Amino acid sequence: MNERFDAIVVGAGPAGTATALTLARGGWKVLQIERGEYPGSKNVQGAILYADSLQKLIPNFREEAPLERHLVEQRVWVLDDRSYIGSTYRSPVSSDAEPDRYTILRAQFDKWFAKKAQEEGVLLICETTVLDLLREGERVVGVRTDREQGEVYADVVILADGVNSVLARKAGIRPELKAGEVALGVKELLFYSQESLEDRFGIQGDEGVAIEMVGKITRGMVGTAFLYTNKESLAVGIGCLLSDFRKEKVPPYVLLARLKEHPALRPLLRDGEMKEYTAHLIPEGGYKAIPKLSGDGWLIVGDAGMFVNSVHREGSNLAMETGRIAAETVIELKQAGEPFTERNLRRYRQRLDQSFVMKDLRKYQHVHEVLDQNRHFLTTYPELVNRAAETLLRVDGVDKRAKEKEVTRSFRKHRSYRGLFSDAVKLWRAFR
Amino acid sequence: MRGPNIVVCVKQVPDSAQIRVHPVTGTIMRQGVPAVLNPYDLFALEEALQIKDRLGGRIVALCMGPPQAEAALRKALSLGVDDAVLVSDRAFAGSDTLATSFALASAIRQVGQEQPVDLVFTGKQTIDGDTGQVGPGVAKRLGMQLLSYVCRIPILDMDSQSIVVHRWTEKGVQVLKSKLPCLITVLEGTSEGRFASLPEMIRAARQPIRVWNRQAAGIEDLSKIGLKGSPTVVGKVFAPSRRAERAECIEWEQDQAEKAVSLLWEKIRARQPELVEKLSGDNGGENGQERVSE
Repeated sequence: MNERFDAIVVGAGPAGTATALTLARGGWKVLQIERGEYPGSKNVQGAILYADSLQKLIPNFREEAPLERHLVEQRVWVLDDRSYIGSTYRSPVSSDAEPDRYTILRAQFDKWFAKKAQEEGVLLICETTVLDLLREGERVVGVRTDREQGEVYADVVILADGVNSVLARKAGIRPELKAGEVALGVKELLFYSQESLEDRFGIQGDEGVAIEMVGKITRGMVGTAFLYTNKESLAVGIGCLLSDFRKEKVPPYVLLARLKEHPALRPLLRDGEMKEYTAHLIPEGGYKAIPKLSGDGWLIVGDAGMFVNSVHREGSNLAMETGRIAAETVIELKQAGEPFTERNLRRYRQRLDQSFVMKDLRKYQHVHEVLDQNRHFLTTYPELVNRAAETLLRVDGVDKRAKEKEVTRSFRKHRSYRGLFSDAVKLWRAFR
Repeated sequence: MRGPNIVVCVKQVPDSAQIRVHPVTGTIMRQGVPAVLNPYDLFALEEALQIKDRLGGRIVALCMGPPQAEAALRKALSLGVDDAVLVSDRAFAGSDTLATSFALASAIRQVGQEQPVDLVFTGKQTIDGDTGQVGPGVAKRLGMQLLSYVCRIPILDMDSQSIVVHRWTEKGVQVLKSKLPCLITVLEGTSEGRFASLPEMIRAARQPIRVWNRQAAGIEDLSKIGLKGSPTVVGKVFAPSRRAERAECIEWEQDQAEKAVSLLWEKIRARQPELVEKLSGDNGGENGQERVSE
């Protein structure tokens, strides 16, 4: 193909679309290539959208984006086999502020987002898979797709092809995914009437609730579960490290089925009509898993660059943020008349280091290791705290001091004073 | 000899594989269900494209629907269609098959003003309405010969302005010859779809789609379109209740297949005696080809 583009963006998820949109606004001639039937058709997320990164790109997105509910209540539950102990933060959005956390359905959101980029002049083609990067020497000069006459050239190629990033692996840009660096998440979408959801969660209008869960539901595997309210559906899912699934040999669907049967969830989920069952990999390796982010003629953004903050469950916002920053970097270079060499494109990483993206990822870089090496955080403690609550709350003729002693004894029995102390230190160091 | 001028009517439909029925009201819930190009229309497109491959000419894809139906036309463009027209107007809202065929026929007449239309293709039906009425309706209004349920087009001769098609019927295949222009509704499974080249994909993404409102489509009489032009009244919509009977497994030991077959036969006979009677009395059914000339 003779036609040349200023940039080719591979993938039409939040990262690719944020990149393409920013480039098009900068006056660039952009070709965006998506593997799925339409943007969002292959994308899976819980999903919670954080407004900030999107707002920087589309300030009035609230008026037109397909949003489900804005979160007014967030719960964190620690579950043992039949009970849970947890915390709830609920705060209605005040009339002078705008909500900043929404549940979304990615199939609809991504399609809308891509449409916005097309309105800015991005040329999007779907149902087309990029097979290889084209190179001249070391420099990436274009891509080869699975269609006839499928080679197309550009000054710079941005890889936004998601967690698996077959392209990056094939091109030797990124190493093979390690099972300990990705989580496998499975999710069901259960359908309810709007009124029924409002009754179940004490919400009205567009208000929504998110519940994050840890504890024995993951059977000692490093992972979490969630329950999010959409307009007319509930998203319930669970994800654990792939390496743990492999070791424990528990099929993910069994884990999800057990979660749905947990006494704390069953009543919330009753009578749901299952509409969708999806599974996806989540890059959870964090800071240490981040590959080389740019080279001669190429940059990598979003999940493909392993940008997920697994502690705070942030991903799509990091995708948009890295996409925008990547685009701004190359726009600036072009304006300065500088070529997209490996050396010049390092500015992308430098800019990311200054942003919340890298600061947050760096902050939590040890969390996974700590959890991985201290499985009792996921099994013993949930059980202990739940039992402690039961002991303290039950009125059965035993005096309170004796009850407190019993609780202390149960903790000491499972984790010596020393163990308790070192656990506290470990957690503090991992999360500080 | 000029190549044929072809119009292919396509429709954007909700992906029926992903449709939900409202548990309370029993109505179809379209919200959130992805829209796709009616699968049967893909076969109509492919037949038209194969003719263009052989004889040249020009193909216009025509779609009536809301603005977002543009996506269906984009798909048609990527497959190699030359031009795309979206007939879109609020006045069309609520159209049944009668009103839709009126609007489409009018739009096809407008296309014909640019260059006379030789062939109109449609899918055999849509997957949302499932009526199969719009194609025949358009043919009638345009005074074109209708060739429905066509599975093959062996001959198209522009010099003599004639076409020969194979038409699938319950009794067999009819081989029909007709004069042009005519309207053909295409059966599924007639061909394998094509995979557009990258330059074609880029061309399709870039090509503007013409949007015609009511006036541009040449429609003056408002009483013929939309709700007013639609005599069809939907009395009730409901989801059929689940069937009570379940599939039954017939178990059999190895090397005893015959026994299993006779057991199966017995079960069928017990449940549907009429069917068994009909099958045994209907041995010499016509399965050959019928030849019908114009």
